Amino acid sequence: MVRRNFMKTISAVAVTAAFGLNSFGALAAETIKVGVLHSLSGTMAISETALKETVLMAIDEINSKGGVLGRKLEPVVVDPASNWPLFAEKARQLLSKDKVAVTFGCWTSVSRKSVLPVYKELNGLLFYPVQYEGEELEYNVFYTGAAPNQQAIPAVEYLMSKDGGEAKRFVLLGTDYVYPRTTNKILRAFLKSKGVADADIMEEYTPFGHSDYQTIIAKIKKFSSEGKKTAVVSTINGDSNVPFYKELGNAGIKATDVPVVAFSVGEEELRGVDTKPLVGHLASWNYFMSLKNPENDKFTKLYRAWAVKQKLPNADKAVTNDPMEATYVGVYMWKQAVEKAKSTDVDKVIAAMAGQTFKAPSGFTIKMDEKNHHLHKPVFIGEIKADGQFNVVWKTPGPVRAQPWSPYIPGNDKKKDQPEGK
Amino acid sequence: MHKLRVLLAVCLLGISCAQAAIDPELLKPLADDDSDRRIAAILALVEAAPEEAQPVLKAMAEDSLALAGERVVVLGEGGRVFDAASNRELTPPPAGVETIGINNRVRRELASALAALRLFSAERAVRWQAAQEVNQNADAKMLPLLERALAVEQDAEIRSRLQLARAQASLGASDAGVRLDAVRTLGESSDPRVRQLLLSLTEKRGDTWVETDSAVRAAAGTSIRSIEERLAWADNLGRAFTGLSLGSILLLAALGLAITYGVMGVINMAHGELLMVGAYSAWAMQSVFRAHLPAALDWYLLAAIPVGFLSAALVGVLMERIVIRHLYGRPLETLLATWGISLFLMQVARTLFGAQNVEVANPSWMAGGIELLPNLMLPWNRIIIVAFSIAVLVAMWAILNLSRLGMFVRAVTQNRPMAGCVGVPTGRVDTLAFGLGAGIAGLGGVALSQIANVGPDMGQGYIVDSFMVVVLGGVGQLAGAVWAALGLGVFTKFLEGWTGAVVAKIVVLVIIIVFIQKRPQGLFALKGRFVES
Repeated sequence: MVRRNFMKTISAVAVTAAFGLNSFGALAAETIKVGVLHSLSGTMAISETALKETVLMAIDEINSKGGVLGRKLEPVVVDPASNWPLFAEKARQLLSKDKVAVTFGCWTSVSRKSVLPVYKELNGLLFYPVQYEGEELEYNVFYTGAAPNQQAIPAVEYLMSKDGGEAKRFVLLGTDYVYPRTTNKILRAFLKSKGVADADIMEEYTPFGHSDYQTIIAKIKKFSSEGKKTAVVSTINGDSNVPFYKELGNAGIKATDVPVVAFSVGEEELRGVDTKPLVGHLASWNYFMSLKNPENDKFTKLYRAWAVKQKLPNADKAVTNDPMEATYVGVYMWKQAVEKAKSTDVDKVIAAMAGQTFKAPSGFTIKMDEKNHHLHKPVFIGEIKADGQFNVVWKTPGPVRAQPWSPYIPGNDKKKDQPEGK
Repeated sequence: MHKLRVLLAVCLLGISCAQAAIDPELLKPLADDDSDRRIAAILALVEAAPEEAQPVLKAMAEDSLALAGERVVVLGEGGRVFDAASNRELTPPPAGVETIGINNRVRRELASALAALRLFSAERAVRWQAAQEVNQNADAKMLPLLERALAVEQDAEIRSRLQLARAQASLGASDAGVRLDAVRTLGESSDPRVRQLLLSLTEKRGDTWVETDSAVRAAAGTSIRSIEERLAWADNLGRAFTGLSLGSILLLAALGLAITYGVMGVINMAHGELLMVGAYSAWAMQSVFRAHLPAALDWYLLAAIPVGFLSAALVGVLMERIVIRHLYGRPLETLLATWGISLFLMQVARTLFGAQNVEVANPSWMAGGIELLPNLMLPWNRIIIVAFSIAVLVAMWAILNLSRLGMFVRAVTQNRPMAGCVGVPTGRVDTLAFGLGAGIAGLGGVALSQIANVGPDMGQGYIVDSFMVVVLGGVGQLAGAVWAALGLGVFTKFLEGWTGAVVAKIVVLVIIIVFIQKRPQGLFALKGRFVES
């Protein structure tokens, strides 16, 4: 008897609580919550912190112009600390506890792979702003960075061209995880298709956070002296790049002898390095801070002002880079899609994303593909200048459509160019 | 004399000597979009006006050549703009100036063009440098120029470099006899680049040999072998040096621990954070110098040495007084408590300096390196760190063996009650010894700031290595730590040479586990009687 009464009370309380929550929920609907899932500490903080700032800046800009659908955006920032399992935990927290409408986050592919099951299970929406290895197409993710055919392949083609130095031998150097391993698999197949022998390719990996690059640099020197013109393709990620480039400079490997092209090094990563010995080494991206066009002027000025306002360290020397641009484009495309769908509902927004266009700081109007969740992006190859900026030495005439399933991996020709819809 | 020489050179190059300014039409194609046309323009400019071309080409190589409308200009310091053709300053500076960017191919051509021009300089050092540079990029185009330089060059050393360059340039000659001579001359080089050139001669393209003459091919083979012998030497030397360098870093990281753990027996899990304190001191000194003494910025590191030592020692003394003192003889509790301190210190650093890495720049005297052989370059920062670790080691040995404090420390570790009986203030000796160990960790941190990233969790990467060194070397022994650090360094580097960094790390750990099982006392066991044991 007592027990039954007790149960009744409990259920009554539960009902009231539910109602209460509901009315609270209606109140909270005044703002739209936006998750920001970037490492603010650990080995990846060097790259990812700036992306968090970019999301916050874009949100601030959108809010100052009245928000989305008349509602203000409210950022929810979490720090997964370069710890891959923690990414999944924080993603779950964002989706189930904070109920964010969309998340902007991740840099390394291993972190993206770690949060994927969470976004699929809870039907969340993730915007991933960094170049990656492809081999993935998920309904819940939009990829605003480059696929291999929008970054890696053109870079290697350039190295093999006359202006790029006609490289015949390649060192594929990377951090030991899924992105470098897969990219190098694709590049190896690509190089083979161009007639480069296996003996002319050297693959090397280092752990995350590796800081002693003496042996690797010595190996590169040796390898490059054993035959034809050599080039290095670096997929080193995170703060290891600082000791790598320091060692490279000190060891006197000049870009005119052995050029190093990097896929994860931009203006931000080079801030901590003396770039004078590195002049001429390359990076391949879809955006450089040094591009001259009105959108980019606006973007760089906006970020400088934001950095000063937020009192970021070295704000006077704040730089923008490719993943920041991709993040910025992502935030605005999501806003446009929400406005088109007139809702923040994940399925409706995903449907509305197809074919969205945006006048990007890269100087082109870029488009979200109707099918494959990737952007059509222009490709630029830049050489490092003494001031840490890049001088564009090659570019595509216009945006290139992404091929998430690289044709250089066997079996990919049978894969569908759109995610398995729900 | 100088004038005469330049004049001679100019006239030798076969150019009219009267030209004062450069024809602007010659400059325009430098800004062309096509690299081929630009390279042609550079060569044309060198031909037409060698003396006047130098500053223009130098500006181009340094990214300070620009286009203002139709006019090619040189950007000077402080926003000043000069006309490239007449070298007159343009006032007011024109608007819409756009830098002429160059790529590696153009940069290479520029470097060799500039080097070629400098071959006729009056100063020997400049010519020597230029002769080195033309060796890096000699091809058939430069042949006439090299001949001319050889005709006037008197210095034997420079001549031999020039002959090597000429040999490289004439590898493509149509006369097989000339090629044979060239290949034979190149056998005296010890430059990996030359080996690369010769290797390409011994290859087949399709069914035909790249080098059609079999005698030249055979000579190339002989030359390659003699170059390789010299290169192999330098390779091994280089590997030994990288091992020595890694060993010195391990030693710096572990020396402090050799005192606190090795001698005093405290398992200090916060040792890595003491390194971090030292590294942040270097960063702090850099900031102080940047703000107040920008002229002496290059010397901030010297100031960081005492600051790093004292701040880490201070943290160490506080740790010892507040926490560790109460836990002597209870290793498990010490381990837990110091681990807590380590987390605490990391969080403090995060709060004070931010979670991101801070930037610590190498002073200019630590950048670059010395080139012992063409394929062996020893970077200055590594050399200086090796020397620094030797200095720290000597200082520590002196303190432990020659000073009164050192005698007390040794007495207390060997027999604490006895030392107390004869009047050694054991408590204070413990504190001082711990402070000394912590301070040396701080010095290690200052050194690490020059080669690794400085951030709140940098210490975590070194704590395992440090314990490895101390345990491997034998607890209680300084000499053990030295041998263990050097051994580990050299062994790891030779292993990395063949297995790669990831596998090498695993193999080293496995070997250490096996070693410790077989010989738990480490490389060097402490001899003598201990009261505790």
